Amino acid sequence: MGDAAYGYLILAIAAICTYGWRALGVALAGRIGPNSPWLDWVGCVAYALLAGLIARMLLLPAGPLMETATVSRAVGIGLAVAVYFGLRRNILAGVLTGAGALTLAESLSLSS
Amino acid sequence: MGSAKKPDGFRSPRRAAIGGARESLGTPALVLSASFVGFGSLVRGSGLDVGHALFSTATAWALPGQIATIELATAGATLLAISVATALSNARLTPMILALIPQLRSPGRGRWQFYLVAHVVAITSWLHATRRVPDLPVDQRLPFVAGFGTTLWLLTLVATAVGYVSAAQVPGWLSLGLVFLTPVYFTLVLIGDVKDRARALSLLFGACLGPLFHLVSTEWGLLLTGLVGGTAAYALGRSKPGTSSHG
Repeated sequence: MGDAAYGYLILAIAAICTYGWRALGVALAGRIGPNSPWLDWVGCVAYALLAGLIARMLLLPAGPLMETATVSRAVGIGLAVAVYFGLRRNILAGVLTGAGALTLAESLSLSS
Repeated sequence: MGSAKKPDGFRSPRRAAIGGARESLGTPALVLSASFVGFGSLVRGSGLDVGHALFSTATAWALPGQIATIELATAGATLLAISVATALSNARLTPMILALIPQLRSPGRGRWQFYLVAHVVAITSWLHATRRVPDLPVDQRLPFVAGFGTTLWLLTLVATAVGYVSAAQVPGWLSLGLVFLTPVYFTLVLIGDVKDRARALSLLFGACLGPLFHLVSTEWGLLLTGLVGGTAAYALGRSKPGTSSHG
């Protein structure tokens, strides 16, 4: 098998390992009534998972962010939250401020 | 039937699908496209073809898992190791979809439609759907989510190709900012949508336990975070009913 074909094989298996979880969610949903208390619990689990994932992306990032200082990321996220609430929950302004602040903090710390 | 108030609906299910598509074309599209531009350049850096990059985005459409797959494949990991790591990083999709799908039910809707729409439910579309869907009449909910998710899915395919082609030309400082958009965006959406005590506690426990458990186990840390943090939040959040505030 060529390299390219092997690449597609890996990605196809990865796709199954991804969609499988989605299909499982749909299948299980069919067994739960719309007012079941289990749904509240599942919702809490989903939110805790996402919060955990995002906290990890910010505190212990992988990829390019790994080389940024924790303080730069903290400044970025802090300013983003401040601008978001300060400008009546303007999410775009918050997001751009956060990313801009991180970029600026990193270029300042590199040049000093 | 029988729901007391139904604010903010669209005029028809068809309009709801268009409305969903339109709502995706703002900050969600911008942030997610930036992430997938980053993914496209990662794939290029791994020596794979643009076809691989597009295939991954089209068929997996869950970025953390896609990145794990590519990084492990580049490192020469075995198929089994790649499958396990990809599966573990995507397990969050089950509770997310399980929590969302029952809200999308309406009379006469076939099960296959849920299996289709599930493919375009990932973090961004889930967050938006969870926030918007309770305000819509039941027959408009699935079309809304489908319109939102499918539009993002198509845009991320374009973004993946753009990232692959332009990989060498994105300066380092810019790609840092682009990569940072995603966690900032998710943070703001999550804290901007705290509806009740159980939700607030879920976020708090998850945010504290996530990094901690990650240090204990990179593979299982996230699942443990969800189970432990979510269960604790559910138990504590229930003990004081009626404390929900609107905001």
